[in-house]
Amino acid sequence: MSELTVNHLLGIKYLQPEDINLIFETADHFKEVINRPIKKVPSLRDITIANIFFENSTRTKLSFELAQKRLSADVISFSAAQSSVKKGETLIDTVNNILSMKVDMVVMRHSNPGAAYFLSKNVKASIINAGDGAHEHPTQALLDSYSIREKLGDVAGKKVVIVGDILHSRVALSNIFALQMQGAEVKVCGPNSLIPKHIESLGVKVEPNLRKALAWCDVANMLRVQNERMDVNYFPSTREYAQQYGLDKELLDSLDKEIVIMHPGPINRGVEITSDVADSKQSVILNQVENGVAIRMAVIYLLASKIK
Amino acid sequence: MSQKILLTSKEVNIILHRLACQLIEKHLDFSDTILIGLQPRGSFLAKRLAKILKEEYQIATIQMGLLDITFFRDDFRRGEKPLEANKTEIDFIVEDKKVVFIDDVLYTGRSIRSALTAIQSFGRPAEIELLVLIDRRFSRHLPIQPDYRGRQVDAINDEKVKVCWIENDGEDAVYLDTTTQNKST
Repeated sequence: MSELTVNHLLGIKYLQPEDINLIFETADHFKEVINRPIKKVPSLRDITIANIFFENSTRTKLSFELAQKRLSADVISFSAAQSSVKKGETLIDTVNNILSMKVDMVVMRHSNPGAAYFLSKNVKASIINAGDGAHEHPTQALLDSYSIREKLGDVAGKKVVIVGDILHSRVALSNIFALQMQGAEVKVCGPNSLIPKHIESLGVKVEPNLRKALAWCDVANMLRVQNERMDVNYFPSTREYAQQYGLDKELLDSLDKEIVIMHPGPINRGVEITSDVADSKQSVILNQVENGVAIRMAVIYLLASKIK
Repeated sequence: MSQKILLTSKEVNIILHRLACQLIEKHLDFSDTILIGLQPRGSFLAKRLAKILKEEYQIATIQMGLLDITFFRDDFRRGEKPLEANKTEIDFIVEDKKVVFIDDVLYTGRSIRSALTAIQSFGRPAEIELLVLIDRRFSRHLPIQPDYRGRQVDAINDEKVKVCWIENDGEDAVYLDTTTQNKST
């Protein structure tokens, strides 16, 4: 297969397993490119991409911008805080105004779940979802799976536990879809108040005990507690959360096998993960960041090749 | 399918040895020379030439790499299907080296133009030469000519030159296929 089955990347749930394979194979080539002395290829020199971020982002935005620039695309970036959105403009109007400037592709982060899907139905451009509320964050899930594949050889058959704030996490949902599509087994672990009801309906088991979850898994993906999405208190205190669901070196060393530690960032050191774990040799957190650029180059390249 | 043989296994072998000798004449001990096979099909020819140079002409060290030009092509989004990349294997820089591009067929010259851009990612070579097994005359879109050529062929545009290698296709041979559209460059 040499072509994606989709024209937009709105979520992992819209992809086929072959799409993920194609993205990974293409990312392998781009990973080699970004390790060259000169890290740029001219493929997308006639493509213009708008990065529209209605929510804060450091890593994802930088990673997308870098991926686009490595592919020689023209890039415009836009943050909602400094825009006419504050003056009451609608999402479709904002994006259509940007598209009038002959933009071919839009990368969007938005706080409303489904915003990217909505946009794809209403504007003429290829849309990449860079996170829509607590719904999906497909490129993060792709780079997470890619990092597991790189570290362990394959995703199929691996046991992955996602720890922390599952309720508010788009990373968790996209990861569950991506890992299951590739044949991995997934458990979630966290305080009851942060585990969505009926999550078992996705084929995911819940393990409330962190030690048991870690003893079971090959890979632990430690998520950040998303205080900005919490309107009430979901647990008594950060200290108590860290004691029950934080991963420290002592716990990690007490396991009878070496598990891989992942984190989508930004890390709250000392809360979900301690510094010595984040910086340990079992951690692939910085590999995830490097792989993020290669994965995003692959997604952008493959979607751009479908723009007529 | 209408197919005519252009080169037999024996002729391919003679030509490979002649090309190897021409390379030695120019590059002597190959200390400053790098052979670059262009992916995918040029890699077979590059590996074969390197083997002949080492085993039959006792050139001690041959530095060789494989270059994929997919992301540097000028027809992105212009074809029906996306362009599929191959692996680039160049773990050295080419700064101030004599680079020899190696490909099986020279047709429009567009692949070579892409390769000239792509190689810059690995440094600024002192010079670049081009070696091809088959030079399709009268088909060029760009002012690019080979420095070393195996055989010159006058094929018309809808004929396809097919180069077979024993390690990939089961035999060494070159065919002229007159039934398929030629998309190769």
